Amino acid sequence: MIAERPQGALARLTLLYPAAVLLVFFVIPFGIMLAVSFFRREPGGFYLVEFSLANYGNLFTALFGRVLAFSLLISAFCALLCVAAGFPFTYLLTRMPRRRQVVWLVILVSVLSLSAVIVAFAWSIMLSQTAGVSNLFVRLGLLDRPQSWSPGFWALTCGMCYVAFPYTVLVLYPPLARLDPHLPEAARTLGASPLVTFFTVIVGSLRSAIVAALVMVFAFNLGTYLIPQILGKPQHWTLSVLITDEAIYRSNLPLAAAMAVFFMGVSLALVGMAMLGGRRRPGGAA
Amino acid sequence: MSRALRGLFLGAVLVFLLSPIVVVGGVSLNAKKALYFPPKGVSLAWYAELFGEPEWLLPIANSLAVALLSSLGAISIALPLSYALWRYRVFYARALVLLGIAPFMLPPVITALGFLAFWATVGLYGTMAATVVSHAVFFVTLPLVTLSLGFESIDREIVEAAQVLGADNREVFRSIVFPMIRSYLVSGFAFAFVLSLNEYIVAYMVAGFTVETLPIKIFNALRYGYTPVMAAVTIVFVLLAALVFGLIGRFGDLPRLMGALTPESRAS
Repeated sequence: MIAERPQGALARLTLLYPAAVLLVFFVIPFGIMLAVSFFRREPGGFYLVEFSLANYGNLFTALFGRVLAFSLLISAFCALLCVAAGFPFTYLLTRMPRRRQVVWLVILVSVLSLSAVIVAFAWSIMLSQTAGVSNLFVRLGLLDRPQSWSPGFWALTCGMCYVAFPYTVLVLYPPLARLDPHLPEAARTLGASPLVTFFTVIVGSLRSAIVAALVMVFAFNLGTYLIPQILGKPQHWTLSVLITDEAIYRSNLPLAAAMAVFFMGVSLALVGMAMLGGRRRPGGAA
Repeated sequence: MSRALRGLFLGAVLVFLLSPIVVVGGVSLNAKKALYFPPKGVSLAWYAELFGEPEWLLPIANSLAVALLSSLGAISIALPLSYALWRYRVFYARALVLLGIAPFMLPPVITALGFLAFWATVGLYGTMAATVVSHAVFFVTLPLVTLSLGFESIDREIVEAAQVLGADNREVFRSIVFPMIRSYLVSGFAFAFVLSLNEYIVAYMVAGFTVETLPIKIFNALRYGYTPVMAAVTIVFVLLAALVFGLIGRFGDLPRLMGALTPESRAS
């Protein structure tokens, strides 16, 4: 019954319409951005069609280098924290009864869907002087008086991890759900303690999935835009902030486009690496 | 892991995920215009202001219109595409699906800048149409993934049986295919709707100064100081997300959807 190719006008339209929409509204915008990165800036407008490599030449300033380095650093740091906590968490999650799993998944997806504005606002309240956790520490006698912990590096880390943690769990969920339950059972039968089983058998057999998750979460964190602006100080701003700043406030669309193209190159290389890493299965089994 | 250790760990994760929401919920109830937790006095005045002041009602209306239209737009692209992928074995259907997933995989600022360059070029920068179409394309990934999963779950033998009994394409779609994919269609729509409602960077880049959506409004308001109204907005957003995803969890297959929504499984 499955036709090999579409026949009739209506059938052709089912492919033609999505193809046209994606071409016009995704491929073309992308092409324009790529082209604009080689154009000149028009003061007060968007861009002048005039080929130049100046934007790429102007890219590598000290500020750009510092912001890029910080973006990579904070993204990697938060990815590490999230995978370190997310891996054992996801393992426990996949072993829960289905009903409880669904409750956890609802919480995780709800948090993941929240606007970054809202997450950043919630954490700035959470770390503020009047309503924050420091009040709790005062009550427990750990601090003398309430303190404000936002903005700052650790506030930024909290906010970034809050968004990245649910994402990490969703990335790790499929490989862990597919893990053969007999594997840990066998290890236990052979006398390994639960912790030894976890670290040798489970972590060991999913090493490539962990690496893939690290890179995926890292790339996801690179996209963070609003959280550094609210929870970080200006020295904690990321590349996404710099690009938007250039495009909107300095209205230098060509330079912003060149930054975005460079940034995309870095991201694509990382996602490509993650996919290669994710495909390789442990044990060399084909 | 031992039982106690496991409980402690899961509890810590739960506290991490829920405590900001609990604190913000408390702050939203303050009687005076101050951010205290625990709240000083209890009042719902900030919720009343949120749903009573035009200053907040306009962004709410904008956000709802954008989310509704763009998620319908995303469905209109994803439904024929995933149907074609299931129905016809042609290579360009696969290539198109990859294209549909791409906007979601890149750092959002890059896609947003592409949209900005596009709308500036065609002269529609700053219009509601620009926001709606950009969101429809940006979020097409979600219904595309859920619907592809829905089509895969259809037993092809049932379709063949119906055809042997004389049903044509239209009847097969109406009586077999559509009922089977309906819940996936609803989930895909819901995902796109909620994410569009919460999206900031694309909406800001293509029409931030003229079409103010709720996230843009919150961010702009934050610059002029914090008020408990923002805490109230946060709680409304959290409840809405929990309601939508709770319904999907109750009536749909959330574990299966989660397995499919992640990049790792898309790659393989």
